[in-house]
Amino acid sequence: MNKKELGLGLLLLVISAVTGAINPAFLSLVNLLNMANLIGLFGVFALGEGLVIITGGIDLSLGSMFALLGVIFIDLLTTYQVPWPLALLAVLLGGLVLGGIQGFLVTRLKMQPFIVTLCGLLIYRGAARYYTSDSTRGFGYGDEAGTLSSIASGNVAGIPNTFIFLIILALVLGVLLHRSVYGRWLYAVGKNEEAARFSGINTNIVIATAYIISGGLAGVSTVLFVFYTNSVSPSSFGNFYELYAIAAAVLGGCSLRGGEGSILGIVLGTALLQVLQNLVNILGIPNSLNFAVMGTVILIGVLADHQLQARRRRKMALAGLARTAPRSTLEGQQGAGPRGADALAARTGDQA
Amino acid sequence: MAEILFELAGISKSYPGVMALDDVSLRVNRGEVLGLIGENGAGKSTLMRVLGGVIAPSEGVIRIGGTDRARMTVNEATRAGIAFVHQELNLFENLDVAANVFIGRERLVGGPLKLVDDAQMRARVTPLLERLGAEFTPDTLVDNLSIAERQLVEIAKALSIDARVIIMDEPTSSLTISETERLLGVIADLKAHGVAVIYISHRLGEIMTCADRVVVLRDGRTVGELARDRLSHAAMIRLMIGRDLKALHTPPKRPPQPGGCDIVGVVTSAFPDRQIDLSVRHGEILGLAGLVGAGRTSLARAAFGIDPLLGGEIRIDDAPVDVASPRDAIRQGIYLMPEDRKKSGLVLELPIRENVTLASLLNYARMWLVSGPAERKVAKEQVRRLSIKVPSIDMEAVTLSGGNQQKVVLGKWLSMQPRVMFFDEPTRGVDVGAKSEIYALMRELADQGVAILMISSDMEEVIGVSDRIAVMHEGSVSGVLEREQFSEYNVLQLAIGQALDTVEAAAP
Repeated sequence: MNKKELGLGLLLLVISAVTGAINPAFLSLVNLLNMANLIGLFGVFALGEGLVIITGGIDLSLGSMFALLGVIFIDLLTTYQVPWPLALLAVLLGGLVLGGIQGFLVTRLKMQPFIVTLCGLLIYRGAARYYTSDSTRGFGYGDEAGTLSSIASGNVAGIPNTFIFLIILALVLGVLLHRSVYGRWLYAVGKNEEAARFSGINTNIVIATAYIISGGLAGVSTVLFVFYTNSVSPSSFGNFYELYAIAAAVLGGCSLRGGEGSILGIVLGTALLQVLQNLVNILGIPNSLNFAVMGTVILIGVLADHQLQARRRRKMALAGLARTAPRSTLEGQQGAGPRGADALAARTGDQA
Repeated sequence: MAEILFELAGISKSYPGVMALDDVSLRVNRGEVLGLIGENGAGKSTLMRVLGGVIAPSEGVIRIGGTDRARMTVNEATRAGIAFVHQELNLFENLDVAANVFIGRERLVGGPLKLVDDAQMRARVTPLLERLGAEFTPDTLVDNLSIAERQLVEIAKALSIDARVIIMDEPTSSLTISETERLLGVIADLKAHGVAVIYISHRLGEIMTCADRVVVLRDGRTVGELARDRLSHAAMIRLMIGRDLKALHTPPKRPPQPGGCDIVGVVTSAFPDRQIDLSVRHGEILGLAGLVGAGRTSLARAAFGIDPLLGGEIRIDDAPVDVASPRDAIRQGIYLMPEDRKKSGLVLELPIRENVTLASLLNYARMWLVSGPAERKVAKEQVRRLSIKVPSIDMEAVTLSGGNQQKVVLGKWLSMQPRVMFFDEPTRGVDVGAKSEIYALMRELADQGVAILMISSDMEEVIGVSDRIAVMHEGSVSGVLEREQFSEYNVLQLAIGQALDTVEAAAP
């Protein structure tokens, strides 16, 4: 755990403690479990978004993907009476395929991630609304997917399954990102794609894989959300959810320039966002201020992080200066020979 | 009697460790074309930066209009009528010609609204373009112009500020022959209007055609001045070279072995109509000399799979190898130390350890999970072997000096099995001590049987380190020199595209 995550964890604790002190209901078991469920729901796709952001890209299409995959999922179960394992598989594959297409457009066709996924956002939403003629899809009174429903919205010893699933997923992705070769490549590509390419890394595949994972997790999230709401209204289901994911990732230490961020940070970022939403309710702050509170906290959080980093860089630069200063005078004595101009060429870019 | 526009007297510029300019004096007369020549890194660009007010000289006097000053700002230089036509053109492609000419000095209308007066700017640019014989209008987007046309825009920009001196830095390096002739015509016209031109070029033929006087720089000093009637290729080259070379050369421990890397009929995207044929034997360091832009880096990039090979093939030990991507090249044991280590060689924000293992990480992983101890062991090994001076392998690469950074890039490749290595400007921005260490490492590699191609624009390095030198000129190999033929004179002759024999006849 690095300083950034530690700070975020502390912030989470302080906010929780203060809110709990003002209104003890915040710390009631019911409320905590409810929050855990929401953290689980929102954390799953925030992790996928985080991987994409680490490549230096962005995925704006997640919310619309939920709507499209959601209506298809319900339709498969209700209208077509497809067994739930097949429906589940179809939705997961659907997410992977959509992610794959986006990854292909970004890497092979060199399109900008923002544009590709913005178009995805528009297209998937439109497709979902057209497919359903804008009508809400829900489960009937039948027992189309009882087993899956009880897995997705159930709990183990009171702990929501969604939260448990998030923890398991975070552990898996944590190993993938922080311990595996792929994770190393992902950071390298995010920080300096050219140097990664010069090191023989197939940067296109590395980047596209991130989009595919994000799409696959969007498929998983779709199923979790469908059983959370039990119906899908194609024009509003999942609206803005991609922005929650981006916010959680940024709050958790991801940089939109790529190459930075951690799984733990993203999970903590998601948790902080949910805590903020919850405290708006609990403290009786008008619900209409919900977004404003979230925006303010993210702004302050990122600003504080920038300031701290700038201070660290200044310190390092000063330390570096102190280290190199005596050596450069030494060079001055030995380097005054005829070779001077050549060495300078590099420093000033002199090509003449 | 020529009217002196300005004069530089006793200009020196030192950086920590290097003397870029050493007591340089230069005088420019009204309406003359002054040729400025010298090898890569002789100090021409630094001198021009002093003149443009971009950098301040450490010593010396700049004399303009009868007043002496120790330094100039960019604005003062502009006001004194000094204008640049840059080697890499500094134009905004998304704006039209008139907007580029008036960039930063836009004509405004509408009083407090401060709207840009396009009509007025275009009207003012039209006569300038006519004077230069341009065939485009002021409202053409620069994006739609050829390189030669863009140069005319730069010259129009210079004329629009009533420039009295226009500095042209390698203006013809990307022009066709007819475009070059036209530019020389424009220069003659400028001269007739009393504008002085400082013409920097490696192309001695053009200098012969247009210069009234030539000043030669070498190692930051003025080493000679030739009047028009004394200009000749031989005279210019003799002044450009002629430095005592330190004997850097360490001979190989054993003669080059048979086999090696053959570059057969390779065509790169930089010069689609030229072919490159070269061969490097195992155990040999082949220096690849030539002027900047002669196609050396393009060759290395193509052989390493970064850019596509448009034709020809790479063979190792007579077997063609697949270099469709860097991954393929690496699999064949072909490695590249890129020219720009910060951009292409290192991920600066990652620790040294991760940079060293970046290309070979799968070797230190089981089931795709990185083995920490194995990775650290390799990184430590390389740090020790290359004597990279660093307290810990977990330091970010950005904190290292140029020489140590270069060694980290080298460590990345040496942790694997190289067969052919391209070094592109291996010691650029590297201090003297680290330089000789890098040379020693290259020789060690060669002695282990690696075929080494060293691209270098540093004459001393090319002559000192190489076992043979191949010289490139405009996209193809213009000649290969054996050790006994090594001389700056010969390398330079081949680099500017002249045949070797005639040269040797003319040599003193």
